Amino acid sequence: MFETLSDKLGSVFKKLSSKGKLTEKDVDEALREVRLALLEADVNFKVVKDFVSRARERAVGGEVLESLAPAHQVIKIVNDELVVILGGGQQKLRHATQPPTVILIVGLQGAGKTTTTAKIALHLRKGGQRLLMVAADPYRPAAKDQLATLGKQIDIPVFAEGNSTLAICSNAMKRAKEIAASIVIIDTAGRLHIDEELMSELSELGKRLSPTEVLLVADAMTGQEAVKIAEEFNAAVGLTGVILSKMDGDARGGAALSITSVTGVPIKFIGIGEKLDALELFYPDRMASRILGMGDILTFIEKTEAATDEKKLKELERKIRRGGFDLEDFLEQLQQIRKMGPISQLMEMVPGISNLSRKLPQGADEKQLKRVEAIIFSMTPYERHNPNTIDGSRRKRIARGSGTTPQDVNQLLNQHRQMQKLMKQMGRGGKFTSMLGLR
Amino acid sequence: MLGFFKKSAKGKTEQGVRRTRDAWWGKVARLFDSSPLGDDLWDDLEELLISADVGVSTTTKLIERLKQRVDNEKIEEADQVRNALQDEIVSLLAVNEPEPSTSANGRLGVILVVGVNGVGKTTSIAKLAHGLKGEGKRVILAASDTFRAAAIDQIKVWGERISVPVVAHQPGGDPAAVVYDALESARKNADYVIVDTAGRIHTKSNLMEELKKIRRVVSKSDIEPEVLLVLDATTGQNGLSQARYFAEAVKVNGILLAKLDSTAKGGIVLAICDELNIPIRYIGTGQELEDLAPFSPESFAEALFSSES
Repeated sequence: MFETLSDKLGSVFKKLSSKGKLTEKDVDEALREVRLALLEADVNFKVVKDFVSRARERAVGGEVLESLAPAHQVIKIVNDELVVILGGGQQKLRHATQPPTVILIVGLQGAGKTTTTAKIALHLRKGGQRLLMVAADPYRPAAKDQLATLGKQIDIPVFAEGNSTLAICSNAMKRAKEIAASIVIIDTAGRLHIDEELMSELSELGKRLSPTEVLLVADAMTGQEAVKIAEEFNAAVGLTGVILSKMDGDARGGAALSITSVTGVPIKFIGIGEKLDALELFYPDRMASRILGMGDILTFIEKTEAATDEKKLKELERKIRRGGFDLEDFLEQLQQIRKMGPISQLMEMVPGISNLSRKLPQGADEKQLKRVEAIIFSMTPYERHNPNTIDGSRRKRIARGSGTTPQDVNQLLNQHRQMQKLMKQMGRGGKFTSMLGLR
Repeated sequence: MLGFFKKSAKGKTEQGVRRTRDAWWGKVARLFDSSPLGDDLWDDLEELLISADVGVSTTTKLIERLKQRVDNEKIEEADQVRNALQDEIVSLLAVNEPEPSTSANGRLGVILVVGVNGVGKTTSIAKLAHGLKGEGKRVILAASDTFRAAAIDQIKVWGERISVPVVAHQPGGDPAAVVYDALESARKNADYVIVDTAGRIHTKSNLMEELKKIRRVVSKSDIEPEVLLVLDATTGQNGLSQARYFAEAVKVNGILLAKLDSTAKGGIVLAICDELNIPIRYIGTGQELEDLAPFSPESFAEALFSSES
C-alpha cells in the first residue's frame, strides 16, 4: 500500500538528510520530487499544485532553514500538509436520532459497492445494530443475487422487491419498520457520474430517503478523474463520506488525497480485501505517515529532539572527528537512546529496520543494552577514557563487578574499537548529524 | 481476429472517444489554436497530459520529442505542433505486436479474460461473445469466476441474453477445472471459448498462481490462449502496475480498455504502450452489447484531434 510513493519520498529525504543545513534551492528540489511522486501516485494535478505551494511556504519560511535537522523538518511539514488534506481527525459513521439510520452506498460501476455494503453491515452488526441490506440495483445482471449471497454469508436480511430503484427503496423502508431494523444500508446501482438520467435518479432517492450517511465507494486505483467523480456525486446527493476500496493492492491511492481536499468529504473507511471483514477505519494521520513511508518516524523525530541537545551533539561531533569517542561517550549515547523508550519500539519506527525488529525476540535487545551499561559502570573513569589499558586482570574484575564474563567484556571492547574506526571514517566524510539521518 | 469489427471500426472508435475528446482533447486542440509556441504552451500541455492520466514520465517524453521536432522541423504554426503531437501519440500507441492468430484454420480459439476487480470483465466478455456470434462463430463461455458472490449467475444471465452456452461449476469450485470442462465441451461444438476469470488484485501472488494454473490447463490442450487484460479507463498510474504483473504471470496479448464512455481519458494506455509494449486491442464504450470496438491507434488519435464535435 502506497509503497512506491513512500519509496520516492524516502529517497528524496535521504538526499536531504545527508546534507545537513539546507538552502532554499534544496527545499525546492525536494519539493519538486515530492510533486512528481504525488503526481505518479495519482493525486490530482491541482491538488498537488496547492500542496506544493503550501508546503514550500512553510519550508522556506525560516521554519526549516534555521532548524537543527532540516530534513526532518521538511518531512514534518510534508506530513502535516498531508494530514490536512486527508481531513484531520478520524471520522465515524453517524446515526440518525430517530431510527432507522439510512445509509446510501453510491459509486461508479465496479468500484466495489456491493461488497462494501456487506462489509459495513457486518461492521455495524458488531456494534449490536439490527440491520437490513437493500439491493437497489435493478440494472446489472445478478446484482440482487450477489447481495443476497453475501447476506446469507453474514446472516443479515436482504431486501430487493420492486421494479425500479425508487420502488425497491420505498418498499424497503416499509420492511425496515416491520422488522424494526435500526440501520438500513442501500446498495445502489453503479452509475457514471456524467449519466444525467441515473444521477438525477440518485438525487431523487436522496430527497425521498433523506439518508443519514451517503457514502461514495471510490476505487483506490482511480486516476485524475477521482476529483470529478466525487464532485458530481457530491452535487447530486450530498456525500457524507468516502470509502476507499481495493487498498490491498499496490495502488498509491492518491485519489484519497484528491477527493478529500477538493470536496471536503472525509474518508471514513478503507477496503483492504475481498473478505467481508476486510474493512478498516480510516485514520488520516496514520495514512499520512504511511504515505511518507516513514513508519512512525515523526514520533521518532520528536523523541530524538527531546532527548538530545545541540551542545552535546556538537561536542560529540568534535570527539568523533578526532576519533576520541571513548566508552564514557558511548555510555552517554546509550543512556540517551534509552531515554527515548524501549529500543524495540524505536526500531519499529525506523523505516527499513522496522521489518527486522519484528524478527528479534522480544526484549532481547533491551537485555543487551542493560548488560553493556553494567559493564561500563564497573569500569573506572580512567578505564572508560582509555579502553586500551584494560588488560586481562582488569577484564576479570569488570566481569565480576557487572555479573558478566570476561568474554562479554571483551566483546564490548571489540565492538567499541570497531565503532571508533567506523566513526573516524565517517567523521572525515561528513557530519555526525548525517549518521542520525534517515536511512 | 474478430473481423466483423473491422468494418465499423472507425465510426465506433470516433463515437466512443467523442466524449473524451470533448472533455479533454478538445482542450488540447483549442490550446494549439490559441497559444503562441512558448513555455506556457508546454506547461499547459504537460498539465493536460498529466490530467489525462498519461503519467509523468510518458508526458515528459512526449513533450521532449515534440520540442525536438519543433526545433528540427522549424515548426512555427500551432497547427503543425498539433499534427506532430498526434503523430507522436499514434507512434506510441502503434505497438508492433502481431495479432494473435486465435482460432485460425478452424482450430478452437481460447480467450482468457483477466483483470483486477470491477474493471468490467464480465460485461466485456458478453460484448465479445455477442460480436463473435454475430460473425457466425460458435462461442462457449467458461464461468471461471467461482469466487465472487453471484458471478456465475451474472454470466449465466448474459449467456441467456445472447444465447450462448455457459459452462459453470458450483461457487467456490476450482476455476481451472471449469476451463477444462469448457474446453472439453468446446472441442466439437465451438469455435471459441471465452474464459471469465475472477477479478484479482495483481499483487496477490496466490491468486496470480491460480491464474497461471488456468493458463496451463489451456496450454496443455495444445492451444495458445489469447490473454486479454481488461483495464478500467478511470484507472490512474496503477494501470501500469496491473499490466506489468498480469503480463508477467500469464503473458498478456492485448488490452481491452473498458468504460471509455465516462469522461475518463484512459491516458494510462499511452504509458502502457510506451513502457510495456502491450497493444491495446479493444475499447469498451458503453453498457450495450454493441458498445465494443477494436482499438486503432490512427482512428483513436484522429478522433481525438478532429475539431468538430
